[in-house]
Amino acid sequence: MRLGLADTITSIVGLTIILILVLMAIFAQQIAPYDPTAGSLLDRLKPPFWQEGGSTAHLLGTDVLGRDTLSRLIFGARTSLAVAVIAILVAGTIGSTLGIIAGYLGGWADIIIMRAADLAFSFPTILLAMVLAVIFGASFANIILVIALVLWAEYARMARGESLKIKSMDYVALARVAGVSKTKIMARHILPNISSSLIVLATLQVGVVIILESSLSFLGVGMPPPTPDWGAMISEGRSYVVTAWWLSLVPGVAILLTVLSFNLLGDALTEWMNPSSHRDA
Amino acid sequence: MQRYIFRRLIQAVIMLFIVSTVVFALSRMTGNPVALLLTEYSTEEDKVRLTQELGFDKSIPEQYIIFASNALRGDLGRSIRGERAPAFQLVAERFPASAQLAVITVIVSFLIGVPLGVITAVKKGSLVDTLVRIFALAGQSAPVFWIGIVAMYVLSVQLRLLPSSGYGKPEQFVLPVFSLSWFTLAAFVRLTRSSMIDSLESEYIKLARIKGLSEWIVVWKHALRNSLLPVLTYSGIILGRTIAGVVVVETVFAWPGIGRLAYESVLGRDFPVLQAVVLIVATMFLLINLLVDILYAYIDPRIRYS
Repeated sequence: MRLGLADTITSIVGLTIILILVLMAIFAQQIAPYDPTAGSLLDRLKPPFWQEGGSTAHLLGTDVLGRDTLSRLIFGARTSLAVAVIAILVAGTIGSTLGIIAGYLGGWADIIIMRAADLAFSFPTILLAMVLAVIFGASFANIILVIALVLWAEYARMARGESLKIKSMDYVALARVAGVSKTKIMARHILPNISSSLIVLATLQVGVVIILESSLSFLGVGMPPPTPDWGAMISEGRSYVVTAWWLSLVPGVAILLTVLSFNLLGDALTEWMNPSSHRDA
Repeated sequence: MQRYIFRRLIQAVIMLFIVSTVVFALSRMTGNPVALLLTEYSTEEDKVRLTQELGFDKSIPEQYIIFASNALRGDLGRSIRGERAPAFQLVAERFPASAQLAVITVIVSFLIGVPLGVITAVKKGSLVDTLVRIFALAGQSAPVFWIGIVAMYVLSVQLRLLPSSGYGKPEQFVLPVFSLSWFTLAAFVRLTRSSMIDSLESEYIKLARIKGLSEWIVVWKHALRNSLLPVLTYSGIILGRTIAGVVVVETVFAWPGIGRLAYESVLGRDFPVLQAVVLIVATMFLLINLLVDILYAYIDPRIRYS
């Protein structure tokens, strides 16, 4: 199926920004002009170069501890993408496995798994993260745990729905008659046929994860300081919004661009694979 | 219908039981939860007294029964800070401010989002459609707390049009509602657009057109009425996401709601209050989803018999 012109353009723009981000995250060490965690109190709250008093030594200025904003922004891409990729891999693997089991086996397995998914949907994510942060302290592992606990349900729902459709197809019936084991049918015949839907879902969820992660860091229950993190940067800049507005503005633009790119790509993929379906909220 | 409501009610009660068990388990996961309640200034006597007062010298099943029966009577423990007010009372005091914010946001987003969704569906592929879709996508791509900070900077710091924070006066609602609405509005636009496109292609709309009904009536009455069903299904999820946004936005605008309370509890390591917030919000979630399901079954009879 061919894409419309607008969709082609937006998906190319999205893909380009994603590529730049990924390169930024991988080569952060080489690109960043300064150490993102090393501050210099002599260079506190320097404005970006285009503002009065700014210089090209710190292109995007410095924060209250004198750390280079551009370097923190570049390393922040690494934090965001690492959380997104790992959380989605964990949630996607668990969710898809449970969803296929629920769809293919049905019965009690189906009831229990889908009720658990309902529960995950009805649990206030951000509050759960706050609880875990108070009990275990803020950490990378906690963030992954919280995000995966919420996200797996969406994969489970989708995998279940798709498995139900494929389950009744002739080739699955043939495999069953031929004596192929249930595990093998699920892994070899069902999973490959629903993987494209799962990949689209994963693309669309990158944005959701990045916003969630930045919200957690904003509330102080995300990545522990001094990890460079976009949400934490917005939070730190908030106290200086009157005098140094760029501290909060710049990392927010980074989040906006990143999430928008993944959403554009996800939308285009949805349209491309299934033109009759319109994406829901 | 009654059987359906009964079945959903039983499910909701089971879910509530699981949620409370999870909260209980989390609070006991650290070993002795008394450690969470003690400060660096507490003495050994405080520890013994708290352990007995809270019943942590009893077995875990006994503790659970005490926790559950207290919770059912609205006793969710006491705050460890200040005058050690009951946690339930603290949440109850802060709840109206959050509820107002969430409800006003959903109403504003619905009133703007649904018509925009209808217009983009009718004018599918036009410039208006593209612009609104980009606007909606941007709303779903920016963190609400950032929109809040930027709006605060522009509208109250620079232009001095609105108060930057606080609660009570109507003008103090504008910035928080604006920050929250963009995301929620975007969800309504996208949902309405996709279900309107399906409706407009259906047989009964063709029939309505053949009957010679005006395009206005066909779109805004016949097609829209049927398109609102999927929107309703998602309204539980939308409200849930709005509540999540409320928690964050409240900390930006110093809004005295339960989100701000949760934030303060994290800073003060006030576990009983945080636990109370989680339990009450989760209960609200379940109730809202239950109401949506019942409403849905009432409107669409196919649900009841499946």
